[in-house]
Amino acid sequence: MTGAQALIKSLEMQGVDVMFGLPGGAILPVYDPIIDSSIRHILVRHEQGAGHMAEGYALATGRPGVAIVTSGPGATNIVTPLANAYMDSTPLVVVSGQVATGSIGTDAFQECDITGVTMGITKHNWLIKDVDDIPRVVAAAFHVATTGRPGPVLIDLPKDISNAQMEWYWPTSLDELDLPGYHPLTFGDPFLIGQAVELIAQARRPVLYVGGGVLKARAAEALRVLADRTGIPVVTTLMARGAFPDSHPQALGMPGMHGHYTAVTAMQKSDLLISLGARFDDRVTGKISAFAPEAKVIHVDIDPAELGKVRVPDVGIAGDCRQVIGEMLLAMDAAADRPVVQDLASWWRQIDEWRERFPLYYEDVEGGAIKPQNVVEQLRDAAPEDTVVVAGVGQHQMWASQYWKFEHPYTWVNSGGAGTMGFAVPAAIGAKVGRPDRTVWAIDGDGCFQMTAQELVTASSEQIPVKIAILNNAYLGMVRQWQEMFYEERYSEVYLSPDLPDYVKWAEAMGCVGIKAETPEDVGPAIEKANAIDDRPVVVDFRTDAREKVYPMVAAGSSNDDIVVHPDQLKAAAR
Amino acid sequence: MTAAPSPLSPLHAVGGRGRTPAPGQRHHILSVLVENKAGVLARVAGLFSRRGFNIYSLAVAPTDEDGHFSRITIVVDVESAPLEQVIMQLDKLINVVSIGELSPAEAVERELVLVTVAVGPTERSQVIQLVGVFGGEVVSVGADRLTVMLAGRPEKIDDFEGLLEHYDVIELQRTGRVALPKLDRH
Repeated sequence: MTGAQALIKSLEMQGVDVMFGLPGGAILPVYDPIIDSSIRHILVRHEQGAGHMAEGYALATGRPGVAIVTSGPGATNIVTPLANAYMDSTPLVVVSGQVATGSIGTDAFQECDITGVTMGITKHNWLIKDVDDIPRVVAAAFHVATTGRPGPVLIDLPKDISNAQMEWYWPTSLDELDLPGYHPLTFGDPFLIGQAVELIAQARRPVLYVGGGVLKARAAEALRVLADRTGIPVVTTLMARGAFPDSHPQALGMPGMHGHYTAVTAMQKSDLLISLGARFDDRVTGKISAFAPEAKVIHVDIDPAELGKVRVPDVGIAGDCRQVIGEMLLAMDAAADRPVVQDLASWWRQIDEWRERFPLYYEDVEGGAIKPQNVVEQLRDAAPEDTVVVAGVGQHQMWASQYWKFEHPYTWVNSGGAGTMGFAVPAAIGAKVGRPDRTVWAIDGDGCFQMTAQELVTASSEQIPVKIAILNNAYLGMVRQWQEMFYEERYSEVYLSPDLPDYVKWAEAMGCVGIKAETPEDVGPAIEKANAIDDRPVVVDFRTDAREKVYPMVAAGSSNDDIVVHPDQLKAAAR
Repeated sequence: MTAAPSPLSPLHAVGGRGRTPAPGQRHHILSVLVENKAGVLARVAGLFSRRGFNIYSLAVAPTDEDGHFSRITIVVDVESAPLEQVIMQLDKLINVVSIGELSPAEAVERELVLVTVAVGPTERSQVIQLVGVFGGEVVSVGADRLTVMLAGRPEKIDDFEGLLEHYDVIELQRTGRVALPKLDRH
């Protein structure tokens, strides 16, 4: 068979059911066997869309997303999704075409050194120079992408290799993958587990600091058991929304720059942070030297390089979160002669006081403009509990994370570490492809929407009925907020216009239903109408209050002690 | 008079001025076994620049007969980043098979230097004598130039280089150090 046939067969062997891509010269040989393959191919309108769709698919299903692009600009167009997936540890396998091996290095048409370009933003990449390597490299690529700390990988496939003949085989053991330097960890060190359980037993103000690694490890169930067993409060980072139900009495919400006041403050005042699959990101810690100054730290992460990268832990455990939590629970069983935790009643009294004083808050004036937070609340209340929510990057993303109630794992898809505007539309399409049984709502900003909206053409033609809510404040809202707060209201290049483009007409031109909501009275009916449509994508243009800012807020570089709440709450607290 | 380093001396550039770290400067030697595959050196070097780690010197060559593996000996400035962090990040590279960490006290280190010196009739014998004292070799002789070679501990190379500064050094090329653990005497 040809290399191209071997590639497609290898993807089938890996259980790939869908791939997102766009053909071109160097990848042409691979597109021929796609016609006869069981794998569904979704033809995107821009390769960035293919990458984000694969990410949305991966984040909603837990399975690796697959994208396929041609050489040169096709490959560079997927660089942003690779960087995004690398930051958020999302398993992705990208296949790129490459010019023929004899032309590599000659500046041939559509040549680009994509393995060089993506070296720093992939977990690993391969340039295949021998057709016989194809099955082995594909198997190795999926193994690397999905094990240990997951991440994106890229396979660069020159055109002459695709066309060459080979004898089919399929690797049946890890030894055949030729990865002598790759040994991902799973179990934590029992001695360190014992130390961690000891620290937990002594803590008076512990907090479970839960990151995306809990979702990657499929450890949400184990976390629930640990939380119930210990009664320790839980914060879920932006990457971990859904890992612990927001309705649970121990859930304090999201920590960080725009986190819930109680989540931020509980961490700050804690005497023990139990970090599970989180990485002490600057958006969580604020000024690192002032972060949780009295806290000891137990840090569990599958990537040993995370332990001590930002904050030196008292107990650092390299291991898979699900395994390590299981080991902790066993160690607690073994020490059953003494309490697992101290009496946390006074800690909870303090936490409840914070919750009471500083809940999420926005001012909703009768007869005023549509409040974006209110749109999120109404979307949430009208949607099934297992709806997959997808966001772009900016104010709308923070409001979505704050005001949605996440009850299940893999119901929140967003761009965390990289902060990639334009993520939502294609990621929502990928999520819906992976979970066709679920309602998928993208909550997007008008700035983000304009970056990747063309993929709604893909959604229409492939009959992928996603729902897009644009919180249209006619601004690059988060930048506007910073200019208002930190640049003396000198607004530089942030105004976009509410009417240009006409979102309803644009949606209709792309085969979607377009709906506009201009006043608070329009919001409910617009959502109802959107929810009733299940045979095509729908876009709702919510004209929201441009002056609305995201609160609470910790200014960049500030201590989390200096968290700023909504001015009204501050006034109320002062009284 | 020392001539400016030749632009054709890449290792010289990687290692800064090519000298050993001054006493008191904290450095460590990493002996990194890697798969001998295309682009591995770029992956290692790229990681160092990406993460802001500093390299004093770097030497690389195949280490087994079949040519499956290479050993990269890297002298790392551990003031730029904690050594554990450098090792952990390196270890994540899929092509890195194993990493040996050597403190200078526990390692035998050797380096080699080639120097071309412009010599008149009087300097010629002086340089040859200096090379003899250090146990080096004259490896090439021209009408008005000599190329000499010295292998030894990096500090010895530093001294040799220092003494040669009194002459007209045309070109100087150090290899960067290679190192292996000291053997246990017992």
